[in-house]
Amino acid sequence: MLKNYFKIAIAVLKRRKFFTFISLFGISFSLTIIMVLTAFSDHVVDASYPDAHRDRNLYVSMMRLTGEKHGFRQNGPPSFYFLDHYVKKMKAPEKVAICSFHKPSNTYINNKKLVIDQKFTDDAFWEVLDFRFLEGKPYTAQQISNAEKVTVISENLRKKYFGDVPSVVGRYLETDNVRYRVAGVVKSVPITQFLTYGDMYVPHTLAKKDPLDKGLNGEYFGILQGSSASSVPAMAAEYDDIIRRLPVDTSRFDKISSRADHYVAGYTRLFMGDQDNSGVNTLLLYTGLVLLFFLLLPTLNLVNINISRIMERSSEIAVRKAFGASSGTLAVQFIVENLILTVIGGLIGIILSVIILTAWNNAGLIEDVHLYLNVKVLAISLAVCLLFGLMSGVYPAWRMSRLHVVTALKTY
Amino acid sequence: MIHLQNIEKVYRTDTVETQALNSINLNVAKGEFLSIMGPSGCGKSTLLNIMGLLDEPTRGNISIGGNTAGHLNDKQLARFRNRAIGFIFQSYHLINDLRVLDNVELPLLYRKSSAKERKQLALEALEKVGLSNRTKHFPTQLSGGQKQRVAIARAIVGKPDIILADEPTGNLDSAMGNDVMDILVRLNKDEGTTIVMVTHDENMARKTHRLVRLFDGSQVQ
Repeated sequence: MLKNYFKIAIAVLKRRKFFTFISLFGISFSLTIIMVLTAFSDHVVDASYPDAHRDRNLYVSMMRLTGEKHGFRQNGPPSFYFLDHYVKKMKAPEKVAICSFHKPSNTYINNKKLVIDQKFTDDAFWEVLDFRFLEGKPYTAQQISNAEKVTVISENLRKKYFGDVPSVVGRYLETDNVRYRVAGVVKSVPITQFLTYGDMYVPHTLAKKDPLDKGLNGEYFGILQGSSASSVPAMAAEYDDIIRRLPVDTSRFDKISSRADHYVAGYTRLFMGDQDNSGVNTLLLYTGLVLLFFLLLPTLNLVNINISRIMERSSEIAVRKAFGASSGTLAVQFIVENLILTVIGGLIGIILSVIILTAWNNAGLIEDVHLYLNVKVLAISLAVCLLFGLMSGVYPAWRMSRLHVVTALKTY
Repeated sequence: MIHLQNIEKVYRTDTVETQALNSINLNVAKGEFLSIMGPSGCGKSTLLNIMGLLDEPTRGNISIGGNTAGHLNDKQLARFRNRAIGFIFQSYHLINDLRVLDNVELPLLYRKSSAKERKQLALEALEKVGLSNRTKHFPTQLSGGQKQRVAIARAIVGKPDIILADEPTGNLDSAMGNDVMDILVRLNKDEGTTIVMVTHDENMARKTHRLVRLFDGSQVQ
């Protein structure tokens, strides 16, 4: 039976080549967009180098101070003081790492300006994250405490600053008129891994901001790492408790809001949520609406084309009914045919996606961002294909199966 | 085999009511070869469609092989047609996208038969109509006579008790028409298949056991 459906489906595709092209183009183009976007979001959201333990990490990236009386509102990343003084002392996390957002600095190589993104970190940063050292090692707590001008640089910066040399450990790098001794070189992190990205990592004690500033807002964020995923709720609860008990400057503010979140929620709370709402559901809702929009266009196109094809197949429908096909069987046949069409469109979409992702990876538009069509993306794409087939096939199939045999035979 | 009792068929639109069949009472015995004749628009095809359970009468009862059609739902009707009735149409109604063999196999798709069994039965049916050498052709590669013989093979492949043929020779020249008629006569004689055939051709009708004439929806002979 399926073989017969397949033969018919292929024959129908061949019969009206222009319609077939429009149908397949609609499906494959939409799928390609969805798959490339999925591959990109997969790259951003999934645990990957060097942040490999997102399942047992929580991130503190936002601190909001509000004063309802005077209408004050102060939003931004927490300060080093807050993270060091309160968060570092938490009991539930196994380790707490502190690092700044990356900041640009300037240097000149062969009279050419080179912008180097600096990230200030503590020593736990190297323990919480799985950086791969190509040479050398991280700076130590003692070196940080001594404010030694040492740095760990990325593989990309090594190449740009020093050229193709086998080893740079012990050599000096100057940026913003400060000379740093290279302690180690790590595999580069793409900028899309915002929290861990940097061209060079330096001890936080070298940051220019006043180390005695005891404000709650600053330029840092914290990574809380539990011993396992099961310790995450306890870490979140302890953090909430700290925020509840945090002393506040009551002359200006009456409320402090901050949460230790999972990786994605850390972003969504910033843009779509608040203290009580992580914003993840809002993100999922918006993503779903965008997906629905992308799916709806080719689906409506297919429904339209499929209905217009009903009349040219009325004789076949009538004959099948006369020889024993029930309305249900015919509806199933048409849906299966449509699924075959969408699966073909899906396969073309997957091939197109591979081509686009390969081109993206080769072009290097964003350094070190390599996108892959992994099993998860493939499974989502195939599910989307099936959804296409069902969405665009059910209504025309129902219309088709309701055709009256005698009328259909007469119109032939 | 087929019992029609007070069959009436009325087609209604908003403004016009057309009486296509009027009080038709007809019995077709098992193994009989019956032909139906009459001028165009007299209700021959309508009567055949009602006999084949493709259309419902406005009034009256029809029973085939002891089964009353009015009691069957869509699925049961489909199964009954599949088992008991084979159709031959004037315009052949072959599926042009399928090869001859696949066209002939079509009724068997709606039964629980294996691909091997389907192929074997289809080849046997094609052999009976003398088209064993055309199994891989597409309908568009065949002459009118060959197409109608494929249609006959499709009608008989499921070994139905009844064949309903709507002007099977209407689109064929006399030689091809005679070939097709010979096949139908042989089927009736050798295998005892009950055949009801609508025709305009007196010569073809003379080859059947009995002739029924319709005029303006009523049986006149």
